Amino acid sequence: MNTLGTYLVIAAVLFSLGLLGVLQRRNLIGMLISVELMLNGANINFMAFNRFLAPEPAVGQIVTLFVMGLAAAEAAIGLSIILALFRTMRSINVERAQQLRG
Amino acid sequence: MNLSVGTETIAQMAFWIVVGIALGGAALAVFPRNILYNVLGLAMGLAGVAGIYLYLGSFFIAMMQLLIYVGAICIAIVFAIMLSRPLHLEVPKRKVPKVAMAVLASAIFMVAMIMMALKTKWVPAVERSTDWSIDTIGHLLLTRYDMVFEVISLVLLVAIIGAILTAGYSRRLTS
Repeated sequence: MNTLGTYLVIAAVLFSLGLLGVLQRRNLIGMLISVELMLNGANINFMAFNRFLAPEPAVGQIVTLFVMGLAAAEAAIGLSIILALFRTMRSINVERAQQLRG
Repeated sequence: MNLSVGTETIAQMAFWIVVGIALGGAALAVFPRNILYNVLGLAMGLAGVAGIYLYLGSFFIAMMQLLIYVGAICIAIVFAIMLSRPLHLEVPKRKVPKVAMAVLASAIFMVAMIMMALKTKWVPAVERSTDWSIDTIGHLLLTRYDMVFEVISLVLLVAIIGAILTAGYSRRLTS
């Protein structure tokens, strides 16, 4: 159970579930949720390498903290863009947002 | 290790339960059409990931995960859902070719990643310190990673101001 490979496989599964969500959904909030899943998969990778390989165990935790801070900023910006888009388009479907299409 | 066999198996079972919570929550966050189920699944999956961080030996990061992801981001997404339209009015049909291609692409990616992770021979660093304390993290944050820390705080500030402007100006323009 407690090997590097287990954690890497868990992280890969999480990341691909997020990738599937980003590719397949049309709801913008759903896509944002999937992006959060992908970030978490990457974070598990950082923590696993930090636990099993890295020379200094503090560095991986610091990188994970930075990713979490960036994810918070990304969620705030993304949600405000979604709200603005909803006000102008009356919809949060990505395929409806095509005003610029020629 | 000085643990008896009983606690060892219990710890192992708890590990797989935590992994099941994380992956099941992730599946619940991606597959259902109802967006509220997605958010609840996201909260469940992120709590499971916090449990995985506990198994990876970092209590601090697990608590930060619960605080930032489950406490802040999930609640923000719930607010955004409540501010947009009731979604049962608009559930478009999924197109089969698009879903099939998305499943194919992510399956290929997952298989490639898992093969890569299992086939590579990972070599640990020669000298590994065992210093996991929060003191060290704080010390490093304020010395070696000082610049990154400040830039992250600047990014957060800009994101907050930008979010307020984006949400506020569009309201003024449309109403």
